[in-house]
Amino acid sequence: MGDGAPLPGEPTAGLGNAADRESLLSVTSLSVRFGRGTGPVVDGLDFALAPGETLAIVGESGSGKSVTSHAIMRLTDYAPGADVTGAIEFRRPDGSLQDMLRAAPDTIRAIRGNEIAMIFQEPMTSLNPVFSVGNQIAEAVMLHQGLDHASALRQAEAMLDQVRIPDAVHVLDRYPHQLSGGMRQRVMIAMALSCRPRLLIADEPTTALDVTIQAQILSIIREQQRELGMAVIFITHDMGVVAEIADRVLVMRAGAKVEEAPVRQLFRAPAHPYTKLLLNAVPHLGTPGNALAGAFADRKAAPPLCQVDGLTARFDVRHDRLGRVTHRVHAVEEVSFEIQPGETLALVGESGSGKTTIGRMIQQLTVPTGGKIRFRGKDVAELRGPAQRAHLQKVQYVFQDPYASLDPKRTVGDSIAEPIRTHRLLNGRRAIETRVAELLQRVGLEPGQAKRYPHEFSGGQRQRICIARALASEPELIIADEAVSALDVSIRAQVLDLFMQLQAERGLAYLFITHDMAVVERISHRVAVLYLGQLVEIGPAAAVLGNPQHSYTRRLLSAVPVPDPDRVPDRSGLTGEIRSPVRPVGETPPIARFRREGPGHLVATEDGAAIVRAA
Amino acid sequence: MTGFLLRRIGLAVFVILAVTVLVAYSVRLSGDPTAMLLTGSGNITQADIDRIRAALGVDRPFVAQYLDFLGGVLHGDLGLTFFGKTSVNALIAQALPATLLLAFLSLGLSLLISIPLGIHAAVHRGSWSDQTVRLLSLVGLSFPNFWLAMMFVLIFAITLHWLPTSGFFGASSLVMPAATLGLILCAINVRLVRGAMLETLSTQYILVARSKGLAERLVLYKHALRNCLIPILTYVGLQFGDLIGGVVIVEKVFNWPGMGSLAFDAISARDYPVIQGVVLVLATLIVLVNLAVDIAYGLVDPRVRLR
Repeated sequence: MGDGAPLPGEPTAGLGNAADRESLLSVTSLSVRFGRGTGPVVDGLDFALAPGETLAIVGESGSGKSVTSHAIMRLTDYAPGADVTGAIEFRRPDGSLQDMLRAAPDTIRAIRGNEIAMIFQEPMTSLNPVFSVGNQIAEAVMLHQGLDHASALRQAEAMLDQVRIPDAVHVLDRYPHQLSGGMRQRVMIAMALSCRPRLLIADEPTTALDVTIQAQILSIIREQQRELGMAVIFITHDMGVVAEIADRVLVMRAGAKVEEAPVRQLFRAPAHPYTKLLLNAVPHLGTPGNALAGAFADRKAAPPLCQVDGLTARFDVRHDRLGRVTHRVHAVEEVSFEIQPGETLALVGESGSGKTTIGRMIQQLTVPTGGKIRFRGKDVAELRGPAQRAHLQKVQYVFQDPYASLDPKRTVGDSIAEPIRTHRLLNGRRAIETRVAELLQRVGLEPGQAKRYPHEFSGGQRQRICIARALASEPELIIADEAVSALDVSIRAQVLDLFMQLQAERGLAYLFITHDMAVVERISHRVAVLYLGQLVEIGPAAAVLGNPQHSYTRRLLSAVPVPDPDRVPDRSGLTGEIRSPVRPVGETPPIARFRREGPGHLVATEDGAAIVRAA
Repeated sequence: MTGFLLRRIGLAVFVILAVTVLVAYSVRLSGDPTAMLLTGSGNITQADIDRIRAALGVDRPFVAQYLDFLGGVLHGDLGLTFFGKTSVNALIAQALPATLLLAFLSLGLSLLISIPLGIHAAVHRGSWSDQTVRLLSLVGLSFPNFWLAMMFVLIFAITLHWLPTSGFFGASSLVMPAATLGLILCAINVRLVRGAMLETLSTQYILVARSKGLAERLVLYKHALRNCLIPILTYVGLQFGDLIGGVVIVEKVFNWPGMGSLAFDAISARDYPVIQGVVLVLATLIVLVNLAVDIAYGLVDPRVRLR
């Protein structure tokens, strides 16, 4: 809004010179380093924030955006060796400016949670598991407003109502583990807002959530911001989210400001190449430009590589007193699809949709309850001995967390060589070393790095190592389970490129399990959408993304943030939680029939029943 | 939770039964009690020995002896000692309170010291105070308890005359045995608390608690400690067995009239009924403490409660 007229409902303070006027927060040459002799994590950062304004701080891991937010609240006090310099001035309700870095601990504690509140990325770990939700919210209220326990609990209930938690009275007595991720994040917001702060710092508050839940949380934050007239610092790496929520954007890289601009200007005319890179990583659903569309015309010519037919997986979860099963998770129900050699099928769905279970069944890590998996025409379940080993060799897995999927006590060369030894693909140390060197080079690393250990590599490099390990056994199908979700957007693009190059070179088929529409759009030939263990739509990527037919697919696509500040979609229909796939024994979900929408495009018929439980 | 408890209680009964078999059998491997009874009695014929064995009942097959013992246990009667024919129940009733007092006092003392010290060390990780705590704990771990006990006697009783060397003369007699056992437990526990606390302090809910503006004391002793209690409780339950083992030795050093001294003397004399009785009672005690720990989990952690 530095240029152009202010929009209705937005604060009218001039943002270009917010620091001169009544700014709520002004940060001047803020630098943070941890321990002597190390480089600064935040390096001479300047910015200001007007009351009621939303500033998005965008950057990748290591950009210093979270550290900045911690410094504002002086949470850096608890990080060993943290050295914070510069000035952070915050306007107290009485109009005085408080230098946060030089304030006494008592003053800081009076501000924390009361005038500045914070919500964090991981809703699963940000609530204390041993205290009830009500007590955790009431704690802050009692502390800052001096209320007694009973009235604090009443206020906690009112707050839960405000963040649209159904049945708030009963949720007060619940413990965090009894709530879903989306519910926990609402509780966290309720807790943060319980003292009506003037500034809310939201550190990646929706990153760990499913996209439909993310949309709901964003709308709650916006709504509460309007209600309380508070300013928001929204830290994120997702440009789509930025477009939806921010007035102004600050792009950070390696601890320094790269660009700062009003949101429309930034999206219309990004000045810095890094900003452009971040903007390119956002899905532009429905827009042409999917390079892969139509690139797979001759796929019907070959016999399918992998056929999945009526695949079902159920897990017993609850038992009665005599140990009899009473409830089962219907993780996968009657799922059928095929993968052609050299093709990428994206398996899309939210938490609990069964997408990971399908991958595990193909890899024979989980035994199916029903249905058949054929690989090169052979029933996988009937494979024994050498044939089974050959199958396992031909199907490889790349997992989400590159930190957890490499043995930290082995050199990466060893990890890559292991499948070669296991499947006796090469004999002799020299031959294996040469092969490992080749593989490392192929995934863009140095052959000399084979002697190093996983902790010496970054997340993106580790994922490359995992890919090299998968390639080592010369697979025909790679199951990539959220393989790029943990990576920063710029790294993500490089790793996706690597996947695509390898496919072109070696004719690999991919089963790409993901929840990220940008990834789907970029890499997949075909898309299969899963909801509660059932396939609801499958077809060519362009058809499913461009012309979604099933209500769930539409809902999912509508929840994806649009990187256009002028086109924030109406998501009033997006309420409620994702239904639980747990059902009592004997109750099987109805299996939908499919109708043909276009060539290869199948859509599950809907009987008009609500697909999502009302909130 | 009730189902879980019932299973645990069933298991406890089984463990105690198994202990009785094991103890009854193994004490009989230690040698013939008649040999001890008759030392220094001059001329003894094989007939004398047989007569005494019959009188003690140790001439019968093991199964018969065991069933006798088990029958007694079920009636709450642990039998009579071989020497002097006094009631084992009475001996244990005398010794058990002294041992319990010592054991729980040591445990309490160790927790009282190790929890604040462990938390302090974790919060000030890497500082000189943390290093000192870790060094002291290492030194403490390397001491055998009887050696520490003797050093205490040497310093506080013999040199300084502050405390009685041994026996049971009121509170002052408790200080050295409790300190010996407590300090050694402390050396282990302080590391445990420090480790558990370091893990808890790095969690996000601690950051959240701080960002709410809570005083550091509340963050540490309310939010963090309650989450550390699960590993601490688990360990204390396991430790109780060691503690009882330590009590036996330390009681002997300080001549403390507890279960340890009773067991020690009974073992020297091969007085089967006393050994059986003492081991059974101590084993039951350990099983009960661990059962209490299982129940305490549920009180501390709602995730356990609802399973």
